[in-house]
Amino acid sequence: MGIVSTDSGAATRPPPPALDSVVVRFAGDSGDGMQLTGGRFTLSTALAGNDLATFPDFPAEIRAPQGTTFGVSAFQINFGSASIETAGDAPDVLMAMNPAALKVNLADLRAGGLIIADTGAFDQRNLTKAGYAANPIEDGSLAPYQVVGLDISRLTLEAVKPFGLGNREALRCKNMWSLGLALWMFDRSREPVIQWLKSRFGGQHQLLEANIAALNAGHAHGETAELGPALSQCRVPPAAMAPGLYRTVTGAEALALGLVAGGQLAGLPIFFGSYPITPASPILHHLARLKEYDVTTFQAEDEIAAICSAIGASYAGRLGVTSSSGPGIALKTEALGLAIVSELPLVVVNSQRSGPSTGMPTKTEQSDLYQAVYGRNGDSPLVVLAARSPSDCFEVAIEAVRLAVEFMTPVILLSDGYIANAAEPWRLPDPDALKPFAVEFYTRAPTDGRVNPFQRDPDTLRRVWIKPGTPGLMHRIGGLEKSFASGDISYEPDNHQKMTDTRKAKIDGIADFIPEQTVALGETGGDLAVVGWGSTYGAIHQAVGRSRAGGKDVSHIHLRHLWPLPRNLGPLLRGYERILVPEMNTGQLKTVLRDQYLVDARPCRKVSGQPFRIAEIEAAIDQALA
Amino acid sequence: MNDVAPLAQLSPADFASDQEVRWCPGCGDYSILKAVQRTLSQIGARPESTVCISGIGCSSRFPYYLETYGYHTIHGRAPAVATGVKLANSALDVWIVTGDGDGLSIGGNHMAHLLRRNLDCQVLLFNNEIYGLTKGQASPTSRIGTRSPSTPFGSIEQPMNPCGFALGAGARFIARAYDLAQKELPEILKRAHAHKGASFVEIYQNCIVYNDGVFGDFAGKQAARDAVLWLQPGEPMLFAGGSKGLKLDHERLRLEVVPVTDGDWRAAGVLVHDETSRILAQLLIETPIAESGFPMALGVIYCDPAPPFDAVVTAQNRKASAGKRRDLQELLRSGDTWSIGSDQRIGNA
Repeated sequence: MGIVSTDSGAATRPPPPALDSVVVRFAGDSGDGMQLTGGRFTLSTALAGNDLATFPDFPAEIRAPQGTTFGVSAFQINFGSASIETAGDAPDVLMAMNPAALKVNLADLRAGGLIIADTGAFDQRNLTKAGYAANPIEDGSLAPYQVVGLDISRLTLEAVKPFGLGNREALRCKNMWSLGLALWMFDRSREPVIQWLKSRFGGQHQLLEANIAALNAGHAHGETAELGPALSQCRVPPAAMAPGLYRTVTGAEALALGLVAGGQLAGLPIFFGSYPITPASPILHHLARLKEYDVTTFQAEDEIAAICSAIGASYAGRLGVTSSSGPGIALKTEALGLAIVSELPLVVVNSQRSGPSTGMPTKTEQSDLYQAVYGRNGDSPLVVLAARSPSDCFEVAIEAVRLAVEFMTPVILLSDGYIANAAEPWRLPDPDALKPFAVEFYTRAPTDGRVNPFQRDPDTLRRVWIKPGTPGLMHRIGGLEKSFASGDISYEPDNHQKMTDTRKAKIDGIADFIPEQTVALGETGGDLAVVGWGSTYGAIHQAVGRSRAGGKDVSHIHLRHLWPLPRNLGPLLRGYERILVPEMNTGQLKTVLRDQYLVDARPCRKVSGQPFRIAEIEAAIDQALA
Repeated sequence: MNDVAPLAQLSPADFASDQEVRWCPGCGDYSILKAVQRTLSQIGARPESTVCISGIGCSSRFPYYLETYGYHTIHGRAPAVATGVKLANSALDVWIVTGDGDGLSIGGNHMAHLLRRNLDCQVLLFNNEIYGLTKGQASPTSRIGTRSPSTPFGSIEQPMNPCGFALGAGARFIARAYDLAQKELPEILKRAHAHKGASFVEIYQNCIVYNDGVFGDFAGKQAARDAVLWLQPGEPMLFAGGSKGLKLDHERLRLEVVPVTDGDWRAAGVLVHDETSRILAQLLIETPIAESGFPMALGVIYCDPAPPFDAVVTAQNRKASAGKRRDLQELLRSGDTWSIGSDQRIGNA
């Protein structure tokens, strides 16, 4: 029933019943619910004890014309019984809900990989829209792969028939049918999905029952239909994970949670001013629901107002936070200068995306490092941090809050589109074990004369933080240069030199208050250091691991603190013969390292809007060592 | 100052900072500074609870001269900074000082949104119809024909009407005055302060260097006595010593000037000022002052309070938090969790 072909003559064997890891990609029209299917599959997989990483890859169009290649939305998950750090280089299984999804994703599939296609959607109209002259399922062009064609559309319609939905609504249950089949394939529980459907469809009984029926039907289809050797059940045993309590988390969620935790540790209410932009908006959405944690969210009229309101909130004694992506950060630049010269705490999150200009809003990139470190008028140093994975966003957000309030400075936290949307299991930290850094406002009124709002701690050079409302400490601050001695406006030449030097020294000095750089994998010296930052962590880590297993003397260093850099980084880098810097840009960290340490750092560039594959970095390592 | 009576009323001089005022001699800003200091004294303001926030321009130097908290921010952005300040601490009394370039050109977007949101603050927009600090270029309120370094053959752009802008943006309090009106200005500022929500006050301010005398026909020392109509709530709209008044032209739906004989304004059909009427506010703002015979209507044009933004935000935050615990442990555990035991057994948490 419904099987068009099960074996297109591929020379490869079907996957073995027990696997170390599997990469599955769900792909369909942007209206097919593939992100949802992937998300639910992720949770069931996590609950089965696998380590995992996901990569949602969706178009900028909310509902692109049906059946077109530019409307294809995909969700990839890599799960396994060993440590998983990337969403996987090449899918083993591709679930294609229409011809366009097949067309767009086929090139990534590994040779011999399995294609499960909804033949019901492979009609002439959809084939033409995808640019196929002939039906690829039937014309032998998929010979290098294993193909299972199922009329998922018809099977879904049959399964939900008793519930009397319209044709359109009934077909929307296709994703649950597919999910049911996928859950059967990997022996995953349907229960979490059913629980979730119940919470989602609450009172809408018809829809709830139909979706559950579709889910069960997909599962039963795998169980009962003789689908041939290509589509057999396989098991991915649980990974050895550290004991503890886990949940899955996306970068945007972890970042929001980290900001809340940071606020609590600092003893400050959070003010989050933001303007909608892809892929940063989910942080606003998460925080907007957390009012009971002393969080005020403000959707400003533009990016400039978003940062300016956050600066105003910090001035008034809260922790001001703003969040955006590259183009929005560009608009915030002038205000960042104001926060620097006013020496107010501020956290600025940049969920980077492909640029320049509007670029590719839903695609990831790491090309805003120059913007973060250097991109302002005047000598205007600030702190730059980067998160390396979705769960790492939690810790890095806390670190951003800590540095902002302990040094009265703006901190830019770099995330990216990949981290923001990707999910991974997260072993929950114990909040009680986090070290508080409670802020003390300055309240001592001077016995004679007037307060200098720029009086500093001699060790950290941090200025005092005086909240408006404090009696006897009225003062004025602003964007004009001010006197080191009094805080009043000053155009004095020597004073400007001194203030510029002081602002620089304050930020440089933070290097004394951050951890020394460690080696993520390998030795503190040797033939090659692969130095990365941000979301390339997983791919670099795996590539270095494989190269080391192959006997190569290579180590992985991953930076969290990008400005100022850790105090020991220079000496550490000089311990290696060669330095390779993989980045999703044209070599920005490479340039910073060369500038700071006069080392011969070499770039490994990728700016395709897609994350690095492990194999790409492995190849770069081989080349660097050749 | 007496330490045991901290709430004793302060004098205008108590609101003067120790900074040397650096506007050009004869600048209208001096009069406005004086009026604001007098107002702060009269309303019993506390310096520590008062915050003056400005953008960039001559007017935006204002915070330095007030002995209150002050933040001289960046061009056009004072309303945005003020929004953050007020949402962070609604107990602060926030005064925004801006100009026609700062508030209506580079910062026009923020101004519109501050007014529509109705943030509880006072906005003092000093309108001198010129860019003073950058040495005299035409501004968005400069009249057609204004010659300046950037418009050597005369400005050809339609000027914008600040109060019309404010009304269109949804402001609930709109007033206007001029710098030298030392009797009326503090009274208007007091009304602005008393109004809960965004209070927009346009102050015609003479730039003695780049646009001297531009308001001379109604605000100068030589101005004709009948050039100004000071609006009073519930009072007939009379001017020229009560000899003229404003009446509604029912045919053309606009105001017209009518003579009033022997003080009998009712007989002349003169309108009574209703501050809560948006339509009347529109008519007053649109009154063609360039046409001979019409007075410049000054004072509180419109006052129809609505809930202030900061109060609404605070109320919603409180309501959304009601009955919820602040427990980080619980927050981290929200959503689907599972546990892994020391024997690697997976449990549903």
